[in-house]
Amino acid sequence: MAKVKMSKKSTKIDMTAMCDVAFLLLSFFVMTSTAKIPEPLPVDTPASTRETKLPDTDLATITVGDKKVFFGITGQDLRREALGNIAEKYSVTFTEEETKRFSLIDGFGVPVGNLKQLIALKGDERNKPGVQPGIPYDSLDNQLREWVLAARLAAKDAHQTELKIAIKGDAKEEYPTIKKVIDILQQQKVNKFFLVTGLRSDDF
Amino acid sequence: MAELNSGDGGGGKKKGHVRSKKQNAGVDLTAMVDLAFLLITFFMLTTSLSKPQSMNLAMPDKEDKPKDQQEQLDVADDRSMTLLLGEKNQIVWYYGLPDNPIEGPTKVGYGKNGIRKELLAKEKTVLAKYGDPKKGLIVLIKASKKSTYRNLVDVLDEMAIAKVPTYAIVDITPEENAMLEKEGLFTK
Repeated sequence: MAKVKMSKKSTKIDMTAMCDVAFLLLSFFVMTSTAKIPEPLPVDTPASTRETKLPDTDLATITVGDKKVFFGITGQDLRREALGNIAEKYSVTFTEEETKRFSLIDGFGVPVGNLKQLIALKGDERNKPGVQPGIPYDSLDNQLREWVLAARLAAKDAHQTELKIAIKGDAKEEYPTIKKVIDILQQQKVNKFFLVTGLRSDDF
Repeated sequence: MAELNSGDGGGGKKKGHVRSKKQNAGVDLTAMVDLAFLLITFFMLTTSLSKPQSMNLAMPDKEDKPKDQQEQLDVADDRSMTLLLGEKNQIVWYYGLPDNPIEGPTKVGYGKNGIRKELLAKEKTVLAKYGDPKKGLIVLIKASKKSTYRNLVDVLDEMAIAKVPTYAIVDITPEENAMLEKEGLFTK
């Protein structure tokens, strides 16, 4: 009997379609992911077991570390509005160019008097340690309160929503500083906020 | 199929008639696909992980009225447990009233072998006593000046893990500072 000859099939498969899909997905993820911007005040957040995510929009972040307080708002339109409110309050005027540059700053920590200088600085100089001394938040000159108020007003005007506030504290920060910040928020009847934390398992 | 053959075609040149060989147009895509999927995995993981975690915190309304006009809410002393956060990452807790505690004050650490055990035990005691899930344990968190933000988050986390029904962050009193000082967890 004749031997049945096995037809030698190629083990290669056409990967063109797979490659197409892979690169399509790749370009999607590259475009949607945002590069991590260096923070002016790097803090080491404590860990917790809770997995609630921070909201993306209408969020103001108060960063507390090393007894200094920094403030940041998400959304360029909110930043513009908030700066406008602050300018009105402290009777300083910002040019259109300055407002535009400010709307690109994620977080800052300078008194209102030094804001113009900060805006004039280049991005990488701005985030050098020691450039930004923090926002004054003592009872004599409570600029943090004004910023929170300005940002809340901006969110109310622009998006008709109540601004959400997150506190991002350094793990080693002493409680009185945090307490002061919470008190400032509570004076404005902001009783609900987010504490930014890392993630861990409950086995500690 | 997906291969590029470059070795053949050398022999045909010696003849006068040059026939253009039908080249296989496929390229080996394996490595490229590998790389693409590696990058996809990387970007997928980083986009979802870069979003910071957070913890919701609701503070009680602050009243501007003087102390004696404020509404007082009486709570049974055998339902309330107070945690005093001191320095050196330690807690002093007592159960009941500060001047005459039913249990404590006792010094414990954080974590599953420290305060979590006490919380779970007290939750059971209160539930057994009242037999009503609505009247559960009340925990008062009082952070001293020497405690850190990490301590506060840790304790709030314990509340979530132990599922304490009611808890609040309250200002510490001088008597409680003295209590901490006695345990060596508070220096002025």
